[in-house]
Amino acid sequence: MPAPARSVAVPAVSPRLLAVALLTVGLLLVLAYLVAFDQGAISQSGMYMHELMHDGRHLLGVPCH
Amino acid sequence: MRTFGNLLVRGLIVGLFAGLLAGTFAYVMGEPHIDAAIAIEEAGGAAHTHGEEPAAQAPAAEEEEPLVSRNGQRFGLFLATSLYGVALGGIFAVGFALLRRRLRTPSDSYAALGLAAAGFVGIVLVPFLKYPPNPPAVGDPETITKRTITYLLTLVIGLLAVWAGVAASRWAQRFGDAPWIRPAGGGLAFVVTIVAAYLILPSINEVPGSFPATLLWQFRFASLGTQAVLWTLLGFGYAALMDRHSKVTKETVAA
Repeated sequence: MPAPARSVAVPAVSPRLLAVALLTVGLLLVLAYLVAFDQGAISQSGMYMHELMHDGRHLLGVPCH
Repeated sequence: MRTFGNLLVRGLIVGLFAGLLAGTFAYVMGEPHIDAAIAIEEAGGAAHTHGEEPAAQAPAAEEEEPLVSRNGQRFGLFLATSLYGVALGGIFAVGFALLRRRLRTPSDSYAALGLAAAGFVGIVLVPFLKYPPNPPAVGDPETITKRTITYLLTLVIGLLAVWAGVAASRWAQRFGDAPWIRPAGGGLAFVVTIVAAYLILPSINEVPGSFPATLLWQFRFASLGTQAVLWTLLGFGYAALMDRHSKVTKETVAA
Protein backbone atom coordinates (compact mmCIF):
# COMPACT_ATOMS: atom_id res chain seq x y z
CA MET A 1 0.00 0.00 0.00
CA PRO A 2 1.56 3.35 -0.97
CA ALA A 3 1.74 5.92 1.77
CA PRO A 4 -1.24 8.24 1.53
CA ALA A 5 -0.59 11.95 1.71
CA ARG A 6 -0.96 12.97 5.33
CA SER A 7 1.26 14.29 8.02
CA VAL A 8 2.91 11.61 10.09
CA ALA A 9 5.81 11.98 12.47
CA VAL A 10 8.11 9.43 10.86
CA PRO A 11 10.46 9.55 7.87
CA ALA A 12 9.70 7.51 4.75
CA VAL A 13 11.26 4.06 4.68
CA SER A 14 14.36 4.18 2.48
CA PRO A 15 16.85 1.33 1.93
CA ARG A 16 19.28 3.14 4.21
CA LEU A 17 16.70 3.54 6.97
CA LEU A 18 15.76 -0.11 6.60
CA ALA A 19 19.40 -1.16 7.00
CA VAL A 20 19.86 0.99 10.10
CA ALA A 21 16.56 -0.30 11.50
CA LEU A 22 17.48 -3.95 11.00
CA LEU A 23 20.91 -3.40 12.56
CA THR A 24 19.25 -1.74 15.56
CA VAL A 25 16.79 -4.60 15.96
CA GLY A 26 19.70 -7.06 15.77
CA LEU A 27 21.53 -5.31 18.62
CA LEU A 28 18.37 -5.09 20.72
CA LEU A 29 17.67 -8.78 20.15
CA VAL A 30 21.13 -9.52 21.58
CA LEU A 31 20.11 -7.54 24.68
CA ALA A 32 16.81 -9.45 24.92
CA TYR A 33 18.73 -12.70 24.45
CA LEU A 34 21.01 -11.75 27.33
CA VAL A 35 18.00 -11.43 29.64
CA ALA A 36 15.93 -14.31 28.34
CA PHE A 37 18.20 -17.12 27.20
CA ASP A 38 21.91 -16.48 27.74
CA GLN A 39 23.78 -18.93 29.92
CA GLY A 40 27.12 -17.17 29.94
CA ALA A 41 27.96 -17.23 26.22
CA ILE A 42 27.35 -13.50 25.78
CA SER A 43 27.60 -12.15 29.31
CA GLN A 44 30.97 -13.95 29.82
CA SER A 45 30.08 -14.16 33.49
CA GLY A 46 29.50 -17.89 33.72
CA MET A 47 26.01 -18.46 35.06
CA TYR A 48 26.12 -15.33 37.24
CA MET A 49 23.97 -13.07 35.04
CA HIS A 50 21.68 -16.00 34.25
CA GLU A 51 21.06 -16.64 37.94
CA LEU A 52 20.84 -12.92 38.77
CA MET A 53 17.96 -12.43 36.33
CA HIS A 54 16.33 -15.78 37.17
CA ASP A 55 13.12 -14.38 38.73
CA GLY A 56 12.67 -11.84 35.97
CA ARG A 57 13.01 -14.50 33.31
CA HIS A 58 10.34 -16.67 34.95
CA LEU A 59 7.96 -13.73 35.40
CA LEU A 60 8.49 -12.50 31.85
CA GLY A 61 7.13 -15.84 30.68
CA VAL A 62 10.37 -17.21 29.21
CA PRO A 63 10.88 -20.95 29.63
CA CYS A 64 13.54 -21.77 32.21
CA HIS A 65 15.08 -24.91 33.67
CA MET B 1 9.16 15.22 11.27
CA ARG B 2 11.10 13.05 13.68
CA THR B 3 14.32 11.36 12.73
CA PHE B 4 14.78 7.63 13.19
CA GLY B 5 17.20 8.25 16.05
CA ASN B 6 14.67 10.44 17.81
CA LEU B 7 11.94 7.78 17.51
CA LEU B 8 14.36 5.12 18.74
CA VAL B 9 15.63 7.03 21.78
CA ARG B 10 12.06 7.68 22.87
CA GLY B 11 11.30 3.98 22.57
CA LEU B 12 14.35 3.04 24.64
CA ILE B 13 13.43 5.52 27.40
CA VAL B 14 9.75 4.52 27.47
CA GLY B 15 10.88 0.87 27.52
CA LEU B 16 13.15 1.49 30.49
CA PHE B 17 10.32 3.05 32.52
CA ALA B 18 7.86 0.37 31.45
CA GLY B 19 10.38 -2.30 32.44
CA LEU B 20 11.03 -0.74 35.85
CA LEU B 21 7.31 -0.54 36.61
CA ALA B 22 6.71 -4.05 35.30
CA GLY B 23 9.50 -5.11 37.65
CA THR B 24 7.69 -3.40 40.53
CA PHE B 25 4.47 -5.23 39.65
CA ALA B 26 6.39 -8.51 39.37
CA TYR B 27 8.10 -7.89 42.71
CA VAL B 28 4.81 -7.31 44.52
CA MET B 29 2.60 -9.81 42.68
CA GLY B 30 5.07 -12.45 41.54
CA GLU B 31 7.89 -12.80 44.06
CA PRO B 32 5.73 -14.40 46.79
CA HIS B 33 4.74 -17.15 44.34
CA ILE B 34 8.35 -17.70 43.26
CA ASP B 35 9.37 -17.97 46.92
CA ALA B 36 6.57 -20.48 47.51
CA ALA B 37 7.60 -22.53 44.48
CA ILE B 38 11.25 -22.56 45.56
CA ALA B 39 10.19 -23.67 49.04
CA ILE B 40 8.34 -26.59 47.45
CA GLU B 41 11.36 -27.34 45.27
CA GLU B 42 13.68 -27.47 48.26
CA ALA B 43 11.27 -29.43 50.42
CA GLY B 44 10.80 -31.98 47.67
CA GLY B 45 14.52 -32.81 47.55
CA ALA B 46 14.97 -30.44 44.63
CA ALA B 47 13.46 -32.35 41.74
CA HIS B 48 15.66 -30.21 39.55
CA THR B 49 17.96 -27.24 39.81
CA HIS B 50 20.21 -25.43 37.45
CA GLY B 51 23.02 -27.45 38.96
CA GLU B 52 21.61 -30.61 37.41
CA GLU B 53 21.88 -29.32 33.90
CA PRO B 54 24.44 -30.98 31.65
CA ALA B 55 28.06 -30.97 32.74
CA ALA B 56 28.89 -27.98 30.54
CA GLN B 57 26.86 -25.75 32.85
CA ALA B 58 28.20 -24.26 36.04
CA PRO B 59 28.04 -26.99 38.67
CA ALA B 60 26.65 -24.64 41.32
CA ALA B 61 23.76 -26.43 42.98
CA GLU B 62 21.37 -23.77 44.20
CA GLU B 63 20.73 -25.15 47.65
CA GLU B 64 24.39 -25.73 48.49
CA GLU B 65 26.24 -22.58 47.43
CA PRO B 66 23.90 -20.27 45.53
CA LEU B 67 25.65 -18.29 42.84
CA VAL B 68 23.22 -15.45 43.48
CA SER B 69 21.35 -15.13 46.77
CA ARG B 70 17.55 -14.84 46.82
CA ASN B 71 17.91 -11.16 47.67
CA GLY B 72 20.27 -10.82 44.72
CA GLN B 73 17.67 -12.43 42.48
CA ARG B 74 15.00 -10.06 43.79
CA PHE B 75 17.22 -7.17 42.72
CA GLY B 76 18.03 -8.98 39.50
CA LEU B 77 14.30 -9.07 38.75
CA PHE B 78 14.37 -5.30 38.23
CA LEU B 79 17.52 -5.55 36.15
CA ALA B 80 15.91 -8.22 33.96
CA THR B 81 12.61 -6.40 33.40
CA SER B 82 14.42 -3.09 32.78
CA LEU B 83 16.83 -4.51 30.20
CA TYR B 84 13.98 -6.46 28.60
CA GLY B 85 11.88 -3.28 28.58
CA VAL B 86 14.69 -1.31 26.91
CA ALA B 87 15.07 -4.02 24.25
CA LEU B 88 11.30 -4.25 23.65
CA GLY B 89 10.90 -0.47 23.67
CA GLY B 90 13.63 -0.09 21.06
CA ILE B 91 12.23 -2.84 18.85
CA PHE B 92 8.77 -1.31 19.28
CA ALA B 93 10.10 2.08 18.16
CA VAL B 94 11.76 0.54 15.10
CA GLY B 95 8.48 -1.22 14.29
CA PHE B 96 6.68 2.10 14.69
CA ALA B 97 9.12 3.86 12.35
CA LEU B 98 8.83 1.17 9.68
CA LEU B 99 5.08 0.48 9.90
CA ARG B 100 3.65 3.90 10.77
CA ARG B 101 2.82 4.83 7.18
CA ARG B 102 1.00 1.57 6.63
CA LEU B 103 -1.33 2.05 9.60
CA ARG B 104 -4.55 3.66 8.51
CA THR B 105 -4.91 6.27 11.20
CA PRO B 106 -3.98 9.94 11.08
CA SER B 107 -3.10 9.82 14.78
CA ASP B 108 0.41 8.82 15.81
CA SER B 109 -0.92 8.05 19.29
CA TYR B 110 -3.53 5.60 17.98
CA ALA B 111 -0.83 4.05 15.81
CA ALA B 112 1.37 3.50 18.88
CA LEU B 113 -1.53 2.03 20.87
CA GLY B 114 -2.50 -0.25 18.01
CA LEU B 115 1.05 -1.51 17.59
CA ALA B 116 1.38 -2.14 21.33
CA ALA B 117 -1.91 -4.06 21.37
CA ALA B 118 -0.74 -6.12 18.40
CA GLY B 119 2.60 -6.77 20.10
CA PHE B 120 0.95 -7.84 23.35
CA VAL B 121 -1.41 -10.24 21.59
CA GLY B 122 1.30 -11.69 19.34
CA ILE B 123 4.29 -11.81 21.68
CA VAL B 124 2.56 -12.40 25.02
CA LEU B 125 -0.98 -13.74 24.70
CA VAL B 126 -0.51 -16.28 21.91
CA PRO B 127 2.56 -17.92 23.56
CA PHE B 128 0.84 -17.75 26.96
CA LEU B 129 -2.20 -19.72 25.81
CA LYS B 130 -0.11 -22.52 24.28
CA TYR B 131 2.78 -22.63 26.74
CA PRO B 132 1.74 -20.91 29.97
CA PRO B 133 4.85 -19.91 31.93
CA ASN B 134 5.92 -22.01 34.88
CA PRO B 135 7.39 -21.07 38.25
CA PRO B 136 10.67 -22.57 39.47
CA ALA B 137 10.25 -26.23 40.54
CA VAL B 138 8.27 -26.96 37.37
CA GLY B 139 9.96 -28.07 34.18
CA ASP B 140 12.44 -30.72 33.15
CA PRO B 141 15.96 -29.31 32.51
CA GLU B 142 16.42 -31.93 29.79
CA THR B 143 13.75 -30.30 27.63
CA ILE B 144 14.86 -26.68 27.95
CA THR B 145 16.08 -26.49 24.35
CA LYS B 146 12.83 -27.92 22.98
CA ARG B 147 10.79 -25.61 25.21
CA THR B 148 12.84 -22.60 24.15
CA ILE B 149 12.38 -23.35 20.45
CA THR B 150 8.63 -23.99 20.73
CA TYR B 151 8.24 -20.82 22.82
CA LEU B 152 10.04 -18.74 20.17
CA LEU B 153 7.92 -20.39 17.49
CA THR B 154 4.68 -19.40 19.24
CA LEU B 155 6.02 -15.85 19.50
CA VAL B 156 6.71 -15.65 15.76
CA ILE B 157 3.40 -17.36 14.97
CA GLY B 158 1.61 -14.91 17.24
CA LEU B 159 2.98 -11.95 15.27
CA LEU B 160 2.17 -13.71 11.99
CA ALA B 161 -1.38 -14.37 13.20
CA VAL B 162 -1.86 -10.70 14.07
CA TRP B 163 -0.51 -9.73 10.64
CA ALA B 164 -2.82 -12.28 8.98
CA GLY B 165 -5.74 -10.85 10.93
CA VAL B 166 -5.01 -7.28 9.86
CA ALA B 167 -4.39 -8.29 6.23
CA ALA B 168 -7.59 -10.35 6.11
CA SER B 169 -9.66 -7.60 7.67
CA ARG B 170 -8.47 -5.19 4.97
CA TRP B 171 -9.03 -7.76 2.24
CA ALA B 172 -12.55 -8.51 3.55
CA GLN B 173 -13.57 -4.92 2.75
CA ARG B 174 -14.08 -5.87 -0.87
CA PHE B 175 -17.06 -8.02 0.09
CA GLY B 176 -19.06 -5.07 1.29
CA ASP B 177 -19.07 -2.40 3.91
CA ALA B 178 -21.29 -4.01 6.53
CA PRO B 179 -19.73 -3.28 9.91
CA TRP B 180 -19.21 -6.96 10.76
CA ILE B 181 -17.27 -7.91 7.63
CA ARG B 182 -13.85 -6.57 8.61
CA PRO B 183 -13.78 -7.86 12.19
CA ALA B 184 -15.19 -11.20 11.04
CA GLY B 185 -12.57 -11.61 8.30
CA GLY B 186 -9.72 -10.48 10.52
CA GLY B 187 -10.84 -12.50 13.50
CA LEU B 188 -11.30 -15.62 11.41
CA ALA B 189 -7.81 -15.40 9.88
CA PHE B 190 -6.28 -14.78 13.31
CA VAL B 191 -8.10 -17.65 15.01
CA VAL B 192 -7.49 -20.12 12.17
CA THR B 193 -3.76 -19.32 12.22
CA ILE B 194 -3.28 -19.85 15.94
CA VAL B 195 -5.57 -22.90 16.16
CA ALA B 196 -3.60 -24.57 13.35
CA ALA B 197 -0.33 -23.69 15.09
CA TYR B 198 -1.57 -24.92 18.48
CA LEU B 199 -2.59 -28.25 16.94
CA ILE B 200 0.73 -28.73 15.13
CA LEU B 201 3.05 -27.66 17.97
CA PRO B 202 3.78 -30.33 20.58
CA SER B 203 2.02 -30.24 23.93
CA ILE B 204 4.32 -29.83 26.89
CA ASN B 205 3.12 -30.57 30.40
CA GLU B 206 5.86 -30.98 32.96
CA VAL B 207 3.93 -29.84 36.03
CA PRO B 208 4.41 -32.46 38.76
CA GLY B 209 1.10 -33.88 40.00
CA SER B 210 2.02 -32.78 43.50
CA PHE B 211 2.48 -29.12 42.57
CA PRO B 212 -0.39 -26.96 43.92
CA ALA B 213 -2.66 -25.85 41.05
CA THR B 214 -3.57 -22.63 42.82
CA LEU B 215 0.06 -21.58 43.20
CA LEU B 216 0.74 -22.54 39.57
CA TRP B 217 -2.01 -20.28 38.26
CA GLN B 218 -1.28 -17.46 40.69
CA PHE B 219 2.25 -17.45 39.32
CA ARG B 220 1.02 -17.61 35.73
CA PHE B 221 -1.35 -14.67 36.18
CA ALA B 222 1.42 -12.70 37.91
CA SER B 223 3.61 -13.38 34.88
CA LEU B 224 0.84 -12.37 32.48
CA GLY B 225 0.21 -9.25 34.56
CA THR B 226 3.91 -8.33 34.50
CA GLN B 227 3.94 -8.47 30.72
CA ALA B 228 0.60 -6.67 30.50
CA VAL B 229 2.02 -3.82 32.59
CA LEU B 230 5.11 -3.71 30.38
CA TRP B 231 3.16 -3.55 27.11
CA THR B 232 0.46 -1.21 28.40
CA LEU B 233 3.02 1.30 29.62
CA LEU B 234 5.03 0.89 26.43
CA GLY B 235 1.96 1.65 24.30
CA PHE B 236 0.55 4.51 26.36
CA GLY B 237 4.01 5.96 27.07
CA TYR B 238 4.91 6.05 23.41
CA ALA B 239 1.44 7.31 22.46
CA ALA B 240 1.78 10.13 24.99
CA LEU B 241 5.16 11.16 23.58
CA MET B 242 3.81 11.14 20.03
CA ASP B 243 0.78 13.15 21.14
CA ARG B 244 3.03 15.68 22.82
CA HIS B 245 4.99 15.93 19.60
CA SER B 246 1.93 16.71 17.50
CA LYS B 247 0.77 19.37 19.97
CA VAL B 248 4.14 21.05 19.78
CA THR B 249 3.94 20.98 16.00
CA LYS B 250 0.47 22.50 16.00
CA GLU B 251 1.56 25.28 18.34
CA THR B 252 4.56 25.97 16.17
CA VAL B 253 2.37 26.12 13.10
CA ALA B 254 -0.17 28.35 14.85
CA ALA B 255 2.57 30.72 15.94
